[in-house]
Amino acid sequence: MIQDQELAKVVIAKRVALELKDGDVVNLGIGIPTLVANYLPPKVEIFLQSENGILGMGPAPAAGYEHPNLTNAGGSPITFLPGACAFDSATSFGLIRGGHVDATVLGALQVDEEGHLANWMIPGKMVPGMGGAMDLVTGAKKVIVAMQHVAKGNAPKIVKKCSLPLTSIRRVDLIVTDMAVIEVTQKGLVLKEVAPQTTVEEVIKYTEATLIVPEKVPVMPVNL
Amino acid sequence: MKNKVITVEQAIEMIPDGATLMIGGFLGDGTPELLVDALIKSGKKNFTIIANDTAFPNKGIGKLIVNKMAKKVIVSHIGTNPETQKQMIEGTLEVELVPQGTLAERVRAGGFGLGGILTPTGVGTVVENSKQKIAIDGTEYLVETALKADFALIKAQRADFYGNLFFNFTSRNFNPLMAFAAKTTIVEVEELVPIGGLSPNEIHTPHAVVDYIVRGNAR
Repeated sequence: MIQDQELAKVVIAKRVALELKDGDVVNLGIGIPTLVANYLPPKVEIFLQSENGILGMGPAPAAGYEHPNLTNAGGSPITFLPGACAFDSATSFGLIRGGHVDATVLGALQVDEEGHLANWMIPGKMVPGMGGAMDLVTGAKKVIVAMQHVAKGNAPKIVKKCSLPLTSIRRVDLIVTDMAVIEVTQKGLVLKEVAPQTTVEEVIKYTEATLIVPEKVPVMPVNL
Repeated sequence: MKNKVITVEQAIEMIPDGATLMIGGFLGDGTPELLVDALIKSGKKNFTIIANDTAFPNKGIGKLIVNKMAKKVIVSHIGTNPETQKQMIEGTLEVELVPQGTLAERVRAGGFGLGGILTPTGVGTVVENSKQKIAIDGTEYLVETALKADFALIKAQRADFYGNLFFNFTSRNFNPLMAFAAKTTIVEVEELVPIGGLSPNEIHTPHAVVDYIVRGNAR
């Protein structure tokens, strides 16, 4: 497994970036998902959507060029790209819930064997609110979970059944971690790829859920 | 035609203790800060606040929470304001968490003459609670009821003297929805232009839903 935590995050972001297609409307969550925009393959142009009402978000502005009315869903300053559009919250969630967002990339606290995701609260400990997460998971065409494979103390995050409150009963489509790419199918979780410097045995060891392991599991096509 | 332009003090005078307030903004972007500050200065309290979030302790709606002016908030996110969680745990503030898209639609429904909306968001989660469910063409939806308020405190970049509104970039968010959903809508504006100064094509919110205008920084 990859020991360097920063490298692990980059590997996740680089691998998720390969899932995005030219012209896709994409909503990226906070944290590792945000990094995905930095690693898009050449000639892949995507349109970044943000819950607070923009399609065509650009990178953070240089210091001193922040505009108080150009922010992302985390409240941080952004820029807009030519062709961007701004809209109200009902329209923003019309895009999200209405199935007009091609892909959303979200972090997770837990994902389970059925592909259910828990990412918005830990009862008694952390109650930030669901924000737009429930609508995104329910409505986006493709839901990609981007997260580190294990929590602190190597506790598995891919579990038999989520013990934390679910974000949606809609199953996620793909789980990309610093150890593996796992596809959610009708039959269960299929191990599609392992990360560089990682073995199939390690993935199984750090996954509580049962994995369907094909005879050959290729290595993620990402450069370290 | 009555002149809709009033002072920030006149605006706050209208708002009684315990009123239900919709306040625009997304983590403070698009929140009427002058109205918020004047409300704090007034010392009024026991408000029910409907908003996207409780922002940050030193910004927007967050300041109302820090000053303990709310008895209840109906919001989608409180994670950026530790004070909200603290008051919630202490039992002095009731927090109703609503998925953001559902919140937008509940406000829209309130202003658009609808009793509520049907949404798949929240089905099978704790949001479902004891809400009514309706199946249409094999998909289950939650019945989410409309939200209305006594006052909407919103922020726009530009208004004309009639109260036609134009919003800037991501400051639009909940503002145009809330303008419809309150008995009295008060807008704080950066720029006030003459009637006819806005092109009919660039107006985001029609003046018919705006009751009062407070001048913001550009006086």
